[in-house]
Amino acid sequence: MTTRTSAWEKALRYLLMLGVLAVTVGPFLWQLSTSLKSTTEDIYAYPPGFLPERPTLDNYAGVADIIPVWRYALNSLQVAVANVLTNLVGASLAGYALARLRFRGRGLAGLAFVAALLVPLESIVIAQFTMMRDLQLNNTLIAVVLPGAVGALNVLLMRNAFANLPYEIEEAAVIDGANVWQRFVRVALPSVRGTLAVVAIFAFMGAWDDFLWPLIVLSDSDNFTLTVGLNFLHGTFQQNPRLVAAGTVIAVAPLLVMFACLQRYFFRGVGEGAVKG
Amino acid sequence: MDRHLRRSTPSPRTHRAVSPWLFLLPGLGVVAAFNLYPFLTTVHKAFTDARTLTPGTWVGLRNFQDMLDDEQFWVALRNSGLYVLLVVPFTVLLPLLLALLVHKQLPGVTFFRSAFYTPVVASVVVVSLIWGWMLDDRGLLNGILRFLGAGPVAFLGDEWLLLFSAMALTVWRGLGYYMIIYLAALANVPRELHEAAAVDGAGALRRFVSVTVPAVRSTMVLVGALSSVSAFKVFAEVYLLAGPTGGPAGQDTTLVMLVQRTGTGLNGRVGYASALSLVVFTIALLLMLLVLRADRKEDR
Repeated sequence: MTTRTSAWEKALRYLLMLGVLAVTVGPFLWQLSTSLKSTTEDIYAYPPGFLPERPTLDNYAGVADIIPVWRYALNSLQVAVANVLTNLVGASLAGYALARLRFRGRGLAGLAFVAALLVPLESIVIAQFTMMRDLQLNNTLIAVVLPGAVGALNVLLMRNAFANLPYEIEEAAVIDGANVWQRFVRVALPSVRGTLAVVAIFAFMGAWDDFLWPLIVLSDSDNFTLTVGLNFLHGTFQQNPRLVAAGTVIAVAPLLVMFACLQRYFFRGVGEGAVKG
Repeated sequence: MDRHLRRSTPSPRTHRAVSPWLFLLPGLGVVAAFNLYPFLTTVHKAFTDARTLTPGTWVGLRNFQDMLDDEQFWVALRNSGLYVLLVVPFTVLLPLLLALLVHKQLPGVTFFRSAFYTPVVASVVVVSLIWGWMLDDRGLLNGILRFLGAGPVAFLGDEWLLLFSAMALTVWRGLGYYMIIYLAALANVPRELHEAAAVDGAGALRRFVSVTVPAVRSTMVLVGALSSVSAFKVFAEVYLLAGPTGGPAGQDTTLVMLVQRTGTGLNGRVGYASALSLVVFTIALLLMLLVLRADRKEDR
């Protein structure tokens, strides 16, 4: 860097960044604070108190009395893990075929994924719902997973990742007599670990955070995922914001931990998804 | 190189012809069965009077005629349209400014970048409930307003304030997401451009307009296209802030909310909801094409 940053510019930048920080992260801290306030503390107090007077975990136990929040968390976890596995397997297989294998109909297959990308999920949820009813799968976690089991965007991301590999790395395997499957598993897959991680993380986050589809397909409150369960909690017990706050903290904490550990993949995913998708 | 690879593949011919399709089977199967096929049934059902439990009969264009007389439809179309018009300018501009703010390598800047991304990681349900609590009549925001000697404002009691609050939430949630896209674009802007302009005595605003904006213009168009489509499809923010029925007298219903409300339940009007879905699909596609076309026109 040749231009030097003047002291006042630096100060101004930090001041602005702190301001944005308050706006973006502040609401989460406020929610955390609310969830830790005891029932005797006035959460509507003026001026607002940011630190709980006597922090308590009662609200986390309280929210579990009203909705089976841990069961919902388990449901969400199952859906998210399943979504990660199906997307990793399905997208890498299809992406490899599109990028590395020559066969009649390849162009058409690629087009099918692009076409799927152009159809907003919001415009087909009713048809998907009717379909799940016909298959007798409505109100199951399987129905929550199925429509997004292999995302078209993930297939195209994997295709790009495989297409960017130099051919030389597979050549040696070919000379050794490896077949397509062996080349895929032993050579190609290990070379695209970064993209696999991106796909896995976004599949997890997408499934964990999804709302519209589970809201439509799940009707029995035993099978709710966390997002649908929180909506239910919000609708019935709005009078106690402490409990809702505890519920939201339970829903958001796992993802924030994951984000803190794996940030670079999150950022890479946004770049790749936006630019290449 | 590729031809060479193919020639030297030792597997027998039949195997080679089949295996690509085996690779494609899971992905193509899911996409065909749960994305493309439902789209075709949506197109078909849009011309029937199907309900949740009955397949329905062909009614031609009646669903679309009904739409014209459906007051709820016009309210929903207005709300979703306003969402695009009022949200997109902010999602195009604010994240760019934010990216410029954290673009410069200062100590601790990566911490700020990550922190600004937090709302993207959290589920839209979570952030909507957090905002709902902050916007409460006696919530944090009204506490701050009171400190400033104003308010209280019933953010969630008035049809327009409610819609604007949801829009603000959408913009807030997009800040970090689009910021990352802009950061990737800014990394490709040659620093010399800025320096040359600075030497010429151009001020910060001047440099922004005549150096930064042209350099990231195609990214701005991309962000515009992405955010207009997602703004038009808005569901969760409004659903959670306004409630399932869409706020006071249903005046905050959006198109996707209307689809969800019309087409689900035991007596859902699947035919009519499918027709509404086609409207969502068509307008979303047109928005995307329109914004991308605007880009091409400017190129000439």
